[in-house]
Amino acid sequence: MNALTKISNFLMTPAMKMVMIVAALLFPFVASNEYQIYVMALAFVWAIAVYGMNIITGLCGQLNLAHGGFFAIGAYTLAILTVDHGWAFWPAFIAAGAVGALLGFLVGVISLRLKEHYFAIFTLCVGFIIYLLLDKWEELTHGALGIINIPAPSGFGLVDFTETTPFYYLALAFMVLSIWLASRIAHSLLGRTFLAIRISDDLAASLGINLMRNKVLAFVLSTTYASVAGALYAGMVRFIGPAEAEVTHTFDMITYLLVGGIGTLMGPLLGTLAITWLTQSLQFLEEYRMIVFGPMLVVLVIFFPKGVVGSFLAWRGRRLAAAHDANTAKQAAVSKTSTDKTPATSTQEAGNHA
Amino acid sequence: MLKIHNLTKRFGGLAAVNNVSIEFEANKINAIIGPNGAGKSTFFNLVAGAMAPTEGRIEYQGMDITGMACDRIARLGIARTFQTTMLFDQSTVLDNLIVGHRLRTQSRLWDVIINSKRLRDEEKKCRARAQEVLDFVGLSHIGHRITADISQEEKKRVAFALALATDPELVLLDEPAGGINPEETENLAALIRKMVDHGVTVCLIEHKMDMIMSLADKIMVIDHGEKIAEGTPDEVKNNPLVIEAYLGSDEDAAA
Repeated sequence: MNALTKISNFLMTPAMKMVMIVAALLFPFVASNEYQIYVMALAFVWAIAVYGMNIITGLCGQLNLAHGGFFAIGAYTLAILTVDHGWAFWPAFIAAGAVGALLGFLVGVISLRLKEHYFAIFTLCVGFIIYLLLDKWEELTHGALGIINIPAPSGFGLVDFTETTPFYYLALAFMVLSIWLASRIAHSLLGRTFLAIRISDDLAASLGINLMRNKVLAFVLSTTYASVAGALYAGMVRFIGPAEAEVTHTFDMITYLLVGGIGTLMGPLLGTLAITWLTQSLQFLEEYRMIVFGPMLVVLVIFFPKGVVGSFLAWRGRRLAAAHDANTAKQAAVSKTSTDKTPATSTQEAGNHA
Repeated sequence: MLKIHNLTKRFGGLAAVNNVSIEFEANKINAIIGPNGAGKSTFFNLVAGAMAPTEGRIEYQGMDITGMACDRIARLGIARTFQTTMLFDQSTVLDNLIVGHRLRTQSRLWDVIINSKRLRDEEKKCRARAQEVLDFVGLSHIGHRITADISQEEKKRVAFALALATDPELVLLDEPAGGINPEETENLAALIRKMVDHGVTVCLIEHKMDMIMSLADKIMVIDHGEKIAEGTPDEVKNNPLVIEAYLGSDEDAAA
């Protein structure tokens, strides 16, 4: 077993997950300034929303372009309830998730009657309508002024989440929880059901899968993720405006997904972090950073259409299959030369756990 | 097993399937043949519930299933394969098959969140069923391969296995031997016979005449949406209407 195989095997173990969590826990201590911690916390918050998008788009194959809109709905629900109605942060936070789920259900039931690009176009319009409502419905949303003085998450007197580092750990906790749930879903029969729909509506229906029910479920899960992330965002940035609902956020999230690996478990996180830090490191180029950024994306999409994690998994899957075949052949050869017994076949697990 | 009464499907002015009545018996291989565009696939889509008929009635095991949704029909025991094999290329062959038994399970989102015993049992059941059907189609040696890397014939077999994983009593095969060579076609025919021997009724659309004539117990011939003949391979072979549909009405060509 060579080093490459060892490394790739290690990446798939639970130990690797522990390494990542420990690294995330230690990050504030090694960060050179508070700004880096802030950027990382913000990336975690976005990653939560990207995990939501991965459920409806990555697993279930429905390109939802209203995702940024639902992020804004979460942020605005929290802001309106806390600032205008005096709710405490955590009840408003739960309400934000519930509103995201409810509106997701209503939009999903209608929009999921459409398929493929018609669904994408419809949700693009939904996203824009959300933006318009936030911008124009001044009595509710404060219009273009946005909402200021949003309270930070309450630490119940134990921690102060207005400080960057405590908030970083809060965002990390929520993100780990989000990934854990996403992993549960992806590796369960439910995830397989979503994946069957991604392959083809016709195939899934012929396998006895109720398309509407499962698509709506995936959609509601994704909008809940988005609005929870939005609510956290509001509690972190403490000032929001209609711009949160702009479609560019949705396309940013699609980019994160594509770079990391759509439909994979670690892709959304990897993509979000990679692009966030790349953007940060190209900050000195200002607007010209797109000149660097654009070609990099083009190259990635051409040569690694499955994204970083997707390409890795494909590569590893082939290696495992080849190793399995070689092993079987070797055993067959051995048993042929020694006895006439039927060759024992190894049953190496080749499942995807990344 | 399957009784079709006066089935009609119109798309605007065009009758893709026109007034077709037929009965398919259990434990038999029933074939549907006809020139391209004759309405064979539309007929399948109507039986499988992918589209609702304009007129007529479909009776499955004495039950009226006309216009019933596709997924409900699948749960009643009708499975199908498609002309183009649709599989998830990025995962292993075995992983592709596990979802096939999903319709016989009950787990919901809540089971997933708490990782309930029901979910774990059902996942075990689905995996076992996937392994079973993989063995049945003779592919247990490639269950670990990435699906993108297997041959066309193997993909066809995986598609069969996926249909079988739903525990069907009737399987509709849409051009199972499309795009594979003669030797593979024979192997696939043997597999179809094996399915029938194990109590599954088969109904297939196929263009390869050699295969159909040696395989089918009963053949229905469709042309321009209408049934022009039905019967055993020998009866159909000598039917002048069938010869006309395939070779044209030109007397010289028919002779």
